[in-house]
Amino acid sequence: MKRLGKVFESLRTENRKGLIAFIMGGDPDVETSTALLKALPSRGVDVIEIGMPFSDPMADGPVIQMAGQRALEAGCTLRNVLDMVVSFRKDNQDTPLVLMGYANPVYRYGVDKFALDCAEAGVDGVIIVDLPPEEDQAVREALGNQFVDMIRLITPTSDAGRLETILDGATGFLYYVSITGITGAAKAKHDKVAAHIEKIRAKTDLPIAVGFGIKTPNDAQEMSALGDAVVVGSSIVEKIAHLSGKSGKVDQGAPEMTAVLDHIGALSGALKPAA
Amino acid sequence: MQNERKPPNSFRKAPDERGHFGPYGGRFVAETLMPLILEVEKAYLEARDDISFWVEFDKYAKHYIGRPSPLYHAEKASKHFGGAQIYFKRDELNHTGAHKINHCIGQILLATRMGKTRIIAETGAGQHGVATATVCALFDIPCTIFMGETDVKRQAPNVFRMKLLGAEVRSVSSGTGTLKDAMNEALRDWVTHVEDTYYLIGTVAGPHPFPMMVRDFQSIIGKELREQFQDRYGGLPDTLVACIGGGSNAMGLFYPFLDEREVKLIGVEAGGHGVESGEHAASLTGGLPGILHGMSSYFLQDENGQIKDAHSISAGLDYPGIGPEHAWLFDHKRVEYVSVPDQEALEAFQLCAKLEGIIPALEPAHAFAHVAKIAPSLPEDHHLVMNLCGRGDKDIFTVADMLGVKL
Ligand SMILES: Cc1ncc(COP(=O)(O)O)c(C=O)c1O
Repeated sequence: MKRLGKVFESLRTENRKGLIAFIMGGDPDVETSTALLKALPSRGVDVIEIGMPFSDPMADGPVIQMAGQRALEAGCTLRNVLDMVVSFRKDNQDTPLVLMGYANPVYRYGVDKFALDCAEAGVDGVIIVDLPPEEDQAVREALGNQFVDMIRLITPTSDAGRLETILDGATGFLYYVSITGITGAAKAKHDKVAAHIEKIRAKTDLPIAVGFGIKTPNDAQEMSALGDAVVVGSSIVEKIAHLSGKSGKVDQGAPEMTAVLDHIGALSGALKPAA
Repeated sequence: MQNERKPPNSFRKAPDERGHFGPYGGRFVAETLMPLILEVEKAYLEARDDISFWVEFDKYAKHYIGRPSPLYHAEKASKHFGGAQIYFKRDELNHTGAHKINHCIGQILLATRMGKTRIIAETGAGQHGVATATVCALFDIPCTIFMGETDVKRQAPNVFRMKLLGAEVRSVSSGTGTLKDAMNEALRDWVTHVEDTYYLIGTVAGPHPFPMMVRDFQSIIGKELREQFQDRYGGLPDTLVACIGGGSNAMGLFYPFLDEREVKLIGVEAGGHGVESGEHAASLTGGLPGILHGMSSYFLQDENGQIKDAHSISAGLDYPGIGPEHAWLFDHKRVEYVSVPDQEALEAFQLCAKLEGIIPALEPAHAFAHVAKIAPSLPEDHHLVMNLCGRGDKDIFTVADMLGVKL
């Protein structure tokens, strides 16, 4: 069974909600980012999303925009991000890794080569923000041939007609973008999301991860009731920003690194079922 | 993105129902925007088939914009170059001083038809921003214009104009603070305000249906030209020349002639410091296929697919991409695309002023520079029409600065 499937299955059997943590690949530099990536599972992260830096991230707020800029300034390429995955997989075969980014770097890299290299590195899923179902066929099929999931997004604007289009061909899990807005924006209204997710549940058995606007352990706990997992990005990346300028020399014990990992520990702690 | 090499039977039938011009175009947007973009498409297709929509459009075109714009035989310029007969399609005489108002009237009529109550737009030179602010004043709809922080500085008069017209101008500092970043920011705003907002895109770019729709509105230029030329000289012109930023004035001029293969079409991109220098805005002659701003097209980018900054003396051409229809016409060689560097545009700007008493915008000055190159070797019975798509009042500060004159 594939890693993503296993994780969501054990979340269900353990009656627990998962934490999906987002970091930008290569932020602030590839070495530090790799060290961080490797430390995440020990802090209770169930699935890791790694951003593929892009010069023009039109769905991201300032925090993640800056993270991408830091990574690009440090010279991070898509190949570097894939190498981070290779390095991670040397000692972790269980935690699913999902790459998230924009279409242009993937197309420039070559869609088939990207899919092949993802599979070889040990990537489990890919989210491409600017490839809606109408335009994702080439990438989805290339990934599918390598048994890598193309993860689709559902948003508050996805009405019944849209849902049908999105669910047709969706694999892995569904990423529910809980607000109409960009990353780093304010948290969604719980009730609105709940009502929409109920409608989605009626049409699919795929696990649902809820993301956007979730920043604190409290947010995570509150929103976790709605889906199978919550995604936290900007509030983690904001703390990673403090590692910037310390290129290559940030060891696990550095206070800035500890702050990132403690924040993540607090997020996963908030999702532990009450004993 | 496989290039389709086989030429289509007609170049006027694209895009297909999914907004594709061969491998270009499409709808590469975040899912949040998809329902809205489908709604814009549906509304536009309905409007397109509704005579009353075009009656309204024509009313504003005639009485507000001042169309049809004259077709002017530039006899002095023709003599000066000693070859082809040169004509200017004078869209610089439009209200607000450029062709941008054509698609602004079309889109504001659509936005009101859709019940939208807020308009956003991006702008580089400020011409599209001014035209948008103008129609928003006219239709009493609040608007927010996104403009790169670099452009806010170099196009101060247009920033002031937009404010006079009641628009909010938001300076964009993200990325490199130019037109592409203004467009990113407008898209971010749109995702955040999907319910009430219409994004009035300023060129034949963005997700479907924008490239098609803006082309349709701008085609009034080419349609008028066809009639004017037929009435006065008979037949069709031989060559059409237009400058290209995103490609709206060029598409508007070319579209009605795409299937008359005997009419030569030339698009002039901004060569900046020269295409070899890497500092230019020539997406076709110096870029690669890619995906940005909701479309598949050609973009300036590095080998990793990171978008590069464009460079041009003309803020209106300073965009690292180009409309998808141009990308498709480029691959099929139906249109010839060339580039003109800053320096030649600057010289053409001055030459046009002295020869014809018309101060052109720096954008069509690029087209005029190319006309200057090809006209001398063409025969005297060759009819060459250039789109004089904007006037140069907005550019006198930039030009004075380049010439070392203090105003
Ligand atoms: C006068 C003028 N011409 C041309 C352009 C470039 O746009 P397009 O290529 O869409 O016509 C601009 C853009 O601001 C402009 O102001």
